[in-house]
Amino acid sequence: MKPAPFKYIAASSLDHALSLKAEYGDDARFLAGGQSLIPAMNFRLSRPSVLIDINRLSDLAGVDWPEGNDIRVGALTRYRNLERNRDFLAACPLFADALPHIAHPQIRNRGTIGGNLSHADPASELPALAVAMQARMRIKSSAREREVVAAQFFQGLLTTDIEADEMLVGVTFPPLAPRTGTSFMEVARRRGDFALAGVAAMVTLDQEGRCAAVRLALCGVGETPVDASQAVSALVGERCTGAAIDDVIAGVQEVIEPAGNVHASPDYQRHIAGVLAKRALMTAHRRTGHDA
Amino acid sequence: MTPDRHEIAVTVNGMAYRSTADARLLLSDFLRHELRLAGTHVGCEHGVCGACTVLLDGIAVRSCLMLAVQADGHELTTIEGLATDDGALSPLQTAMHDHHGLQCGYCTPGILMTVTAFLEENKSPSEDDVREALSGNLCRCTGYQNIVDAVLAAAAAMRGVAP
Repeated sequence: MKPAPFKYIAASSLDHALSLKAEYGDDARFLAGGQSLIPAMNFRLSRPSVLIDINRLSDLAGVDWPEGNDIRVGALTRYRNLERNRDFLAACPLFADALPHIAHPQIRNRGTIGGNLSHADPASELPALAVAMQARMRIKSSAREREVVAAQFFQGLLTTDIEADEMLVGVTFPPLAPRTGTSFMEVARRRGDFALAGVAAMVTLDQEGRCAAVRLALCGVGETPVDASQAVSALVGERCTGAAIDDVIAGVQEVIEPAGNVHASPDYQRHIAGVLAKRALMTAHRRTGHDA
Repeated sequence: MTPDRHEIAVTVNGMAYRSTADARLLLSDFLRHELRLAGTHVGCEHGVCGACTVLLDGIAVRSCLMLAVQADGHELTTIEGLATDDGALSPLQTAMHDHHGLQCGYCTPGILMTVTAFLEENKSPSEDDVREALSGNLCRCTGYQNIVDAVLAAAAAMRGVAP
């Protein structure tokens, strides 16, 4: 028996879960897939006094397309279900690249997108995808509901904009613009390990085949996912050639702040981030299907 | 803090169990200590090694990353459930035996549960598919090659073709 004692409550509805969170505040944690929370509790790095289990709230799971082609993913949707949802992977192809990198099949069978994003591990893939895709986080409490864009949601190491009485209930991804290609790549020491660096790239071309928009976000190289889109904005209006990309990579390497770890020095992480950024941008460009 | 006890009704390998457990009891420890099904092994207890893998409603999960109380109302399969009641091995167990797919055997229950679920979904896996499926199970005897061989042979046997 590893976790410290706590009170366990299986929420019977979203309202029930939110009223419990309003009552217990920061002393309580929501239990979704538990693939980060339970290890932290086994190590006693995390000692919540109340666990609110939301696994029975099936309304929170699933993907739907409500209006305007937005893609809405419920917080309790497991990686496993996203991996097997062809419509979703076609609409959000960055996920097709990134999901296989997330831990191992058994973890993906339980882990949820909402748990991942609210855990806000900067080395995790999905926060970088959310930032690249300019996802909107849907956050709810008993009293109110609001949306926060991904770039403002991730505030620091394992820290988000979620208040003590709130839950991340879902994520909304805007549809990709026409002539958009995407690519996610990472380097990890072993299969399923946290990335030493990972890059999500999105390239949108205009009718003439020049870059109309470029999005770039990185994981594993700072205390939050890093939005490096500004650093590559010189590509807009240009042809997305290898030489043009070479000119902006140094800028990407400047905006990241890798801390280094047992596997890689900060300089090495910065080097990997640069190489991956170039490869991901070139792959995303190729996948626009308009790289004549 | 007074213990937070919960009633748990769970079906394991087709048999219904009723028990009570502290909220903080992990599913892995519940299986081993309360239900006395010690075939499920416990390695790292933080989701890395895969030794404790069981099937929850047919899906492979880490039993060290679930609370026992979360299994209430669900159906579990453990290593004890793979062979038939008269002791006949499953095709996967037979293949592991034939290919010397285990050395010390500590990781074996987790590997068998992972692969059992994997072969349900992928009847004709490539070697790469098998290695990917096994990526979340550590064998510190490092006998992976024989395990991969055994999984491919089991898949062939289950399709009814000679390996």
